Amino acid sequence: MNESDAFSHPDAKARLFDGPDASAATRSALALTWADPPGWLGALAAINHKTIARRFIATTFTFFLLAGVLALVMRLQLARPGNRIVSPDTYDALFTMHGTTMMFLFAVPVMQAVAAYLIPLMVGARSIAFPRMNAYAYWVFLFGCLTLYGAALLGAAPQAGWFSYVPLAGPNYGLGKGPDIWAQMITFTELSALLEAVVLITTILKMRAPGMSLNRMPLFAWATLVTQFMVIFAMPSIMFASTALILDRLVGTQFYNPSLGGDVLLWQHLFWFFGHPEVYLIFIPALGFISSILPTFARRPIFGYTAIVLALIATAFLAFGLWVHHMFATSVPALGKSFFTAASVMIAVPSGIQIYCWIATLITGRLNVKTPLLFVLAFFFILVLGGMTGIMLGAVPLDVQLHDTYFVVAHLHYVLLGGAVFPLFGALYYWFPKISGRMLDEGLGRWHFWLFFIGFNVAFFPMHLLGLQGMPRRVWTYSSGMGWSDLNLLSSIGAATIAVSIVLFLVNVVRARWRGEPAGRDPWGGATLEWSTPSPPPPHNFDAIPVVHGRDPLWDPPGTPAYVSGLAADAREVLVTTALDAVPDLRPLFPVPSIWPFVSAVATTVLFIGSIFTPWAIVWGSVPVVAALTAWFWPTRRQNAQALALERRP
Amino acid sequence: MKRSCAFFLARPGLLRPRRTHCARHRRAIASTVPVVSGVSVTMPAALARAAIPLEHNALAPAGIQAEHIVRLWHLTLVVCGIVFAAVLVGVLFALLRRRTAQRPQPPDLSGNVKPERRTQRAVIGVSVLSVVLLVGLVVADVLTDRALSKLPVADALHIQLTGWQWWWQARYPADHGRPAFATANELHVPVGRPVVVALGAGDVIHSFWVPSLHGKKDLLPGITSTIEFRADRAGVYDGPCAEFCGAEHALMALRVVAEPADRYAAWAAAQTATAAAPADAVAAHGMQVFESSACASCHTVRGTHAVGLLGPDLTHLMTRQTLAAGALANNAANLSRWIRDPNSVKPGTTMPAVRLSTPDLQALVVWLTTLK
Repeated sequence: MNESDAFSHPDAKARLFDGPDASAATRSALALTWADPPGWLGALAAINHKTIARRFIATTFTFFLLAGVLALVMRLQLARPGNRIVSPDTYDALFTMHGTTMMFLFAVPVMQAVAAYLIPLMVGARSIAFPRMNAYAYWVFLFGCLTLYGAALLGAAPQAGWFSYVPLAGPNYGLGKGPDIWAQMITFTELSALLEAVVLITTILKMRAPGMSLNRMPLFAWATLVTQFMVIFAMPSIMFASTALILDRLVGTQFYNPSLGGDVLLWQHLFWFFGHPEVYLIFIPALGFISSILPTFARRPIFGYTAIVLALIATAFLAFGLWVHHMFATSVPALGKSFFTAASVMIAVPSGIQIYCWIATLITGRLNVKTPLLFVLAFFFILVLGGMTGIMLGAVPLDVQLHDTYFVVAHLHYVLLGGAVFPLFGALYYWFPKISGRMLDEGLGRWHFWLFFIGFNVAFFPMHLLGLQGMPRRVWTYSSGMGWSDLNLLSSIGAATIAVSIVLFLVNVVRARWRGEPAGRDPWGGATLEWSTPSPPPPHNFDAIPVVHGRDPLWDPPGTPAYVSGLAADAREVLVTTALDAVPDLRPLFPVPSIWPFVSAVATTVLFIGSIFTPWAIVWGSVPVVAALTAWFWPTRRQNAQALALERRP
Repeated sequence: MKRSCAFFLARPGLLRPRRTHCARHRRAIASTVPVVSGVSVTMPAALARAAIPLEHNALAPAGIQAEHIVRLWHLTLVVCGIVFAAVLVGVLFALLRRRTAQRPQPPDLSGNVKPERRTQRAVIGVSVLSVVLLVGLVVADVLTDRALSKLPVADALHIQLTGWQWWWQARYPADHGRPAFATANELHVPVGRPVVVALGAGDVIHSFWVPSLHGKKDLLPGITSTIEFRADRAGVYDGPCAEFCGAEHALMALRVVAEPADRYAAWAAAQTATAAAPADAVAAHGMQVFESSACASCHTVRGTHAVGLLGPDLTHLMTRQTLAAGALANNAANLSRWIRDPNSVKPGTTMPAVRLSTPDLQALVVWLTTLK
């Protein structure tokens, strides 16, 4: 490909082009071309995927911490029977905000945020696809978060639970603006998630380095691809459901009002048709983390690549077939129950296959036990236990006993923390050196891990027993006569331990940024392309686009050609390849940084918040949105000239 | 756990962070609550009454339905426990036999070029075994579900239960010549006879759940569902609302008293009666206060002019063990407190504070305590 005529320009002498042996001048030209503009305005106009993803990760992590603080207040309230630290209303707001934040503002977006950072680096691309849309998606997400928390600070926190069941959240019982704020927060975050899905799918399918055919793609890219397709199928359901809720509340439609032909179960079906796949939107990227981390620390390629890919896809399909197991206590026909039981139980099979493949990788590898691997090993304990209780909850007879008790609280935390947060922390320890250029401290990391692991089990294991002993969820207090006091106290002690461990993690991050050991390109000896570029990566990611010859490009014997050369260094030229085999296809110009995605996001926010108060906001609010989007897509003379200069036909 | 707790019939302590008066409650319960059978006869009578635990453990079934579920629970627990242990053993094996790799050099891939037949066979083997185990569990699940739906209900006792924020309205339709009657927050059922409860919701979604007897079933606005169970052992069973229903979801407990058939019949017969006429002038004044104040617009006391439908039927208030759906033990002092300031007992409750002069309140409480 080095020699290919198709990639040499007619005016090659006048311009700078990249390549493996590019001069320092070419490299700095590349960096300048792809860098974000300086200054405050430049910060708002930034579109580099690493800049946006860093902000995205920091934002989601901030909300993770906030939701954790809310959880601590709840555990304080429940530590003793009959506590009156918070009122019932406040308690309802606490668990609503905790669940909403963890699910919508942390777990799903953080996976997309990490993917937005890593995927272009892993597939050997200069940029993420649709970089301005990526920036817009981030701003919309941020403004959605601020709307929810701003409203909460003003006293309009939603109190109907993260699931916002009608009629409790409907016009007659959900008084105040809380449920509207909640529903509109859904609109913000789901809009952002859908856009991110489009961005990530396009990046994965069209921007892989030449030679990285689908069957050579890193497993994290596979997990992300599968997840983002799930986003596209799951999110419209909740967007429709929440829009119908707002319409019921604002303009008097009767989607959910049984006395006027509506149906309270309609909400539950729509919500869980999204809500159950959502668990897998959180879980599948984490499986991708594990499949990335394990081979590096077992010093061998993953065992059963094809089986793992097929298992990921099977999980995605099955995930859409078991939403009714959240509704077994409503009146579901017997045949339906059997079907959903079977689907709920059988989804353990693809997860099991992946776990067996990972254990095989561990057993046949040579282990290098470092903090990222510890977090992955914790997965085998916590997630598998959560999976076992999941099998119990999939069975109708057991579910009707355990549903809406503390058993479910235990189960969901085992699955979501064990299945997603522990691998996510593993991923942060693993990729932090790449993102920041500095290593996190191994000793502090081990302290963080062990406190988190022990605290987690102390906090959540007793909840299984509480549920079996009849303690329902979402109760703001309980009586000493129920015999639940000791286990609740134990659980609160565990929660405090988790808090200490998270503080240690923050200390570790701050310490690393201040005086962490420099990481170098490849501190762990990884196999995937992100480890071939400096840490932190330059704005253009790669000085020359690599050509991939196997599944583990940094471990495989080198092939020829090793690099693509001839992309413009003074323009945002990228290489687009074919979806299946990653054959070089097109050489388009990517957009330059722009303030308009930010402005469009502000206009969108005005429309969304306005429509909480009056339906007319849809009318007048759309004018600035249209204006901002028009300005966004208006081509400049300079860009046109550049595109024309680079245009050639083979 | 249940045995060790001193209080049981009510949930005292809940609303009183300060030391609750255990002994007083015991006395109050002993004097105002009809005796519930099913306790060891060797205990002195008063103590025996006091020691009846409020049962709410899904693993200690008191009826056939909960027993089916517990059997499935044990089977699932064993199977899942074995699989969990096996996975951990696999991981520990990998850790213990670990051949360390200190330097992050690129690994030697030559060993992995040829297919790893043994590992492949092992992974395929355990995967197939997992499928077999899971299919077995699904079969057990479906069989248990069938068994749950096969409770014979030919001569069942029917009850209509409606959930409201935050109390339970119960109607017992006419049965074997006994007329229909209404009560609230406490169901009495005969031991050994199947019960069919028709469930409905007046406002938002609630959920009926008595873990000792059966799993839960939601009470849905606009949809009537039923749940069938049978209490096979006398006792007092807790039934907290199991679907989040607003501010006082935590203080919305139903109580199910299972008692021998004759005792149940006596209770039901007593419930059909109208309230007795006031015995003295104070009680008569109390009744007049009730009828002329806000009380009567929400509550019914059969045999008086109070026919309100928004709150619990109070005709036989003093036969119940608790006030305000499990929030307080039912006695004169708590009644007075509840009427004076309901919001301090159950923040967010829909019962308004009724402003009464002290003599009026005292008379009212005197009259209410005669509603047996």
